[in-house]
Amino acid sequence: MSRRVRCVLALVALGVLGATLVVAVGDLEPFGQYPGPYGDVLAKVVPGERHTGQLVAATVLDYRGFDTLGEELILFTAACGCVALLRLRRRERSDEPSAPERPAPSLASRALGGALVGPVLVLSAYIVIHGHLTPGGGFSGGVIGAGALLLAYAAGQRVRLRRVGSIAMLEASEAIGAGGFVALALGGLIAVGATLQNFLPLGTSGMLLSAGTLPVGNLAIGIEVAGAVALIVAEFLEQALLEEPSE
Amino acid sequence: MTALQATCLIAVAIIGTLVVFTRDPLRQAAVAGIFGLALSALFLSVQAPDVALSQITVGAIVVPVLVLLAMAKIREHDR
Repeated sequence: MSRRVRCVLALVALGVLGATLVVAVGDLEPFGQYPGPYGDVLAKVVPGERHTGQLVAATVLDYRGFDTLGEELILFTAACGCVALLRLRRRERSDEPSAPERPAPSLASRALGGALVGPVLVLSAYIVIHGHLTPGGGFSGGVIGAGALLLAYAAGQRVRLRRVGSIAMLEASEAIGAGGFVALALGGLIAVGATLQNFLPLGTSGMLLSAGTLPVGNLAIGIEVAGAVALIVAEFLEQALLEEPSE
Repeated sequence: MTALQATCLIAVAIIGTLVVFTRDPLRQAAVAGIFGLALSALFLSVQAPDVALSQITVGAIVVPVLVLLAMAKIREHDR
């Protein structure tokens, strides 16, 4: 395809897309006006049915929990694919690769990274555990937890995960989290007849142990996401830091 | 729309354009991280703190880091 034809094609496509967008945006409700019934319905039923004011968590883990289950397994599969691709190359090397030289991190990144690893881990646990009370939940908390790994790296902690068996731990936490959420979905199906429906005591709204299956689901997702994202980042780190085999 | 929301919206538009016009991939990864941060401020201003939290961690941290690591690998390969 010549350059000219491509330009014409792109211009036509962009023109159609732009016109459609303008029409669609012109048809939208005014800013901040939500016409659908679902938000209002959920705001009415959630406090009674789930004993929580965190509508987002209730929607994500119960009313639309099936979508979350799918997303969960997508992340699980993506991490597995990443690991399979990146590890194949590592096995091609004959000897244990020596730790590559990298410039020592600056004092600022060592101090900041080192000082923040602990607080970030605590914040991640807090966000996961309080997912049914305050904004946040399994996904955001899990990714923040995986971010602690990056801070450790920025602080100059030599990332030799493979040797100390941390990779195996990350793999296990990914699998346990994903399996836990599937078990929760199955539990609802078996105990009360619907996937992810609540089957635990609901407790008092606002307490840490309340809202039935919501905190359990957040915990499972948090463990899974932290494991999966940390695993992907760790594989990337190892792959990027290893030397190419000499030809 | 409040002034805060308008400011965030404009910031997202400007920084998003900057991401497109930054042609060096290394700089682009950094600018994309800042774009992620601006986007999370926008989400927070429209009262979606859950989404803002995920956006900070994914858009401002994980994605730029993965891009940087991939680029480190490519550079090493080119040498």
